[in-house]
Amino acid sequence: MEIGIVTAAYIAAAVLFILSLGGLSGQESAKRAVWYGIVGMGLAVAATVFGPGMGNYLIVLVTVAIGAVLGQQVAGKVEMTEMPQLVAALHSFVGLAAVFIGFNAFIELGSIKALMAEAPSTLRGEGVYMWLKDQGVAGFAEKLAHKDATEIAILKVEVFLGVFIGAVTFTGSIIAFGKLAGKVDGKATKLPGGHFLNAAAAILSFILLIMFLNGSGMWTLVVMTLLAFFIGYHLIMGIGGADMPVVVSMLNSYSGWAAAAIGFTLGNDLLIVTGALVGSSGAILSYIMCKAMNRSFISVILGGFGGTTGPAMEVEGEQIAIEADGVAAALNDADSVVIIPGYGMAVAQAQQAVSELTKRLRAKGKNVRFAIHPVAGRLPGHMNVLLAEAKVPYDIVLEMDEINDDFPDTDVAIVIGSNDIVNPAAQEDPNSPIAGMPVLECWKAKQVFVSKRGQGTGYSGIENPLFYKENTRMFYGDAKESLNKLLTMID
Amino acid sequence: MTPDSAQQLQKLGYECLIETGAGANAGFSDAAYQDAGVTVVKTAAALWKEADIIAKVRQPETAELKRLNADKTLISFFNPAGNEEGMEMAKKKGANVIAMEMVPRISRAQKMDALSSMANIAGYRAVIEAGNNFGRFFTGQVTAAGKVPPAKVLIVGAGVAGLAAIGTSTSLGAITYAFDVRPEVAEQVESMGAEFVYLDFEEQQQDGAATGGYAAVSSPEFRDAQLAKFRELAPDMDIVITTALIPNREAPKLWLADMVAAMKPGSVIVDLAAEKGGNVEGTIKDEKVVTENGVTIVGYTDFPSRMAAQSSSLYATNIRHMMTDLTPEKDGQIVHNMEDDVIRGATVTHQGEITFPPPPPKVQAIAAKTQEKPKELTPEEKRAKEAEEFKKATRNQVGMLVIGAVLMLVVGAFAPASFMQHFIVFVLACFVGFQVIWNVSHSLHTPLMAVTNAISGIVILGALLQIGSGNWLVVLLSAISVLIATINIVGGFMVTRRMLAMFQKS
Repeated sequence: MEIGIVTAAYIAAAVLFILSLGGLSGQESAKRAVWYGIVGMGLAVAATVFGPGMGNYLIVLVTVAIGAVLGQQVAGKVEMTEMPQLVAALHSFVGLAAVFIGFNAFIELGSIKALMAEAPSTLRGEGVYMWLKDQGVAGFAEKLAHKDATEIAILKVEVFLGVFIGAVTFTGSIIAFGKLAGKVDGKATKLPGGHFLNAAAAILSFILLIMFLNGSGMWTLVVMTLLAFFIGYHLIMGIGGADMPVVVSMLNSYSGWAAAAIGFTLGNDLLIVTGALVGSSGAILSYIMCKAMNRSFISVILGGFGGTTGPAMEVEGEQIAIEADGVAAALNDADSVVIIPGYGMAVAQAQQAVSELTKRLRAKGKNVRFAIHPVAGRLPGHMNVLLAEAKVPYDIVLEMDEINDDFPDTDVAIVIGSNDIVNPAAQEDPNSPIAGMPVLECWKAKQVFVSKRGQGTGYSGIENPLFYKENTRMFYGDAKESLNKLLTMID
Repeated sequence: MTPDSAQQLQKLGYECLIETGAGANAGFSDAAYQDAGVTVVKTAAALWKEADIIAKVRQPETAELKRLNADKTLISFFNPAGNEEGMEMAKKKGANVIAMEMVPRISRAQKMDALSSMANIAGYRAVIEAGNNFGRFFTGQVTAAGKVPPAKVLIVGAGVAGLAAIGTSTSLGAITYAFDVRPEVAEQVESMGAEFVYLDFEEQQQDGAATGGYAAVSSPEFRDAQLAKFRELAPDMDIVITTALIPNREAPKLWLADMVAAMKPGSVIVDLAAEKGGNVEGTIKDEKVVTENGVTIVGYTDFPSRMAAQSSSLYATNIRHMMTDLTPEKDGQIVHNMEDDVIRGATVTHQGEITFPPPPPKVQAIAAKTQEKPKELTPEEKRAKEAEEFKKATRNQVGMLVIGAVLMLVVGAFAPASFMQHFIVFVLACFVGFQVIWNVSHSLHTPLMAVTNAISGIVILGALLQIGSGNWLVVLLSAISVLIATINIVGGFMVTRRMLAMFQKS
């Protein structure tokens, strides 16, 4: 295939990728948009495989086949509650691939230089390249041979950056995966020295970059990779479980930037475009998540909550428990119900019970809706997917801004496994660590039921005055069991 | 104690005893108590002797107090302010006495606030009594036999009793008006469906929070304005229910003889303050009188007794909650914790000492008045603010652009042309990305992440370009990269498709 045709295929693929992301603006158009993405990817891979400079077709065929089977199995088996883990795991793959490709680029650069040094000294200019071609140098290696000194310096920076970002993404994603899957303790833990260790590692990496540019060779790259692995590990270890939505979007962004850096290294525009799309997508998601928590990106990454400015407001009253029959009676009387799911619902696997409850209440002509806070769950939009899986129609699942004004007209609000996102202290107590965070104002509903395991505080460790409000009743117990008990009482 | 509350008390580790026939008037038979595991005792005297904790309703008599001793705890209405003698006696006996009317008015104590329970019943019953004596419908009706106008009800004093009366009256369908000297209750009144009667009066009105949620005495000017308003309303009202009480004082006279005279014949007045002298001129305690112009004035003081079953169950629940607080370990052992605001407030004698009056509670009864709202901006100010914001946004954007341009220039000055070509692509792609992603619906953020996962598998291209190399290490690394990037691509796209297929419209 000619290079022109390959480029044309790349352009088509880039346009299809953009369309595929743009199509996600609505549920129906999204179903079509995935196909744009698939076709785009198919085009890009096919054009590369059949393009100039390829070899070892057998290896390609085998690895692609194995990868495809594995990918299919993973995608077919994964539970929707496990989506955050899967996304994190896939990020780590991109990171690792970026590290390998960066290494390869440098190795190739070394071998091509060695080869050029061997070239007969009688050859000048074009002659050298002709000779190289005769030696069997093609594709990427050939491109490398054409680079002058400045270009090689830039290439080295690109390789270094690509490997660095890739390595951070790799270990970071693995830790995020472990935390989300419950294999690593979800609490924020740091080695003694905290972020100074990260800073030191970053500075050391920078020194290594300078040494690398001055020709120190492969070992600098390897040491830097190890340092970056450490940074990724330590950075994400220091971030608690509930901040994972931000972390996962951030890693998503990194995996994009890593791809873009590789694109620069290889001089491949499609990689650059796709990497930039993914990178900006992740960046925007992180921004939205941080905004929804009223925290700066830096404070999330550095872990911990902002300091309080004074003593927290004292919480008055007490938590009043209620049994399933009380909740059922209130639901039977209610006309409008809003359900606020949180991570607790995912943990208890209660989405089917919630969906069943919704179906029954809707069958009785009640207006049932869902209120989703942007940071509910462990992944942006996690709750929407869980509810969709349980066959809750998406048009009754609303965003925070769409539903917050409707709470005063709501008869019953049910909070299932969420805590900080319904904490009135964010609005009422200027000294609260989460002051100013936008929250779902469910306490304005006539009655609030909170399905909760026990009396503890949420992830942030902040007391939630909602539980002490006069119109709040605590429905203690495992969310799934509680709801199933409730279902038997809704006629 | 009701059979229900007896079971709850047993859960706290107590044994329950009751005087025979005690629940008869409220419809609870001795058998019902026995079924609930309560021992029925023949006489009150035996009960006083056997029980360690005695709960009753009315203020104890001297003979009863004599039976107390240092091991006994009495929970009852006690009227400590007017019962020096009783307190002295309890003190001498060394008994602990908890006076139910002294339970402080804080939200934590609401569940044991018997005064509120009783006031609630009184308010409800007042409307029923009024309806009983009122010859017409509450609700307006248009019937074949003609149109019936709805009754107009005025409720003076929107405390617990007043609010209960408002609720009952509006649910019967009457047009309800309510008045209170504390303007902050207007919101509560309106939430119950009644109309709040405002006075044309310019003065800092009372702040209920300062007086523990109760009304205080008002100034003469205020009183005049109030009476003028009532005088204006009197001819229109069919039913007036007065509930105005000020703690430890005679009830204020609010509905004067001339207002009674101005009312239509057949109208009804229920004076819930009759016990303290009445809000209405002409009220006779414990009696119903009809004035010359045919207005009925009800001055009963025993409304809770008129709804014995309801009062008993509420009072029993109040007592039960008090017991729960007194028994933190649920082991049947009373812990008289004098550090607890509620228990301290309600206790009048403790271990041979009189502890009345209690110190003021640490927690204020009602939240202090809400702060002034931020003042509304005038249109000019608004416009100025908007212009200011617009300018600021413009400045920011221009600033960013300038910085960006300078950075580009710096990069352009040093980097070779081939790099700049790719750089243009990169920057434009970032821009396109930002524009496109902002439009993605929030509910599709997870599919977005999955699809970006899939397309970031584009790094496979890099690996594919390198796999043709002659170096075995390069081939190995690229092969691994191709493998994992394929997992990414296939897995990412498939899981996205699976997710999107789940999103169904109703």
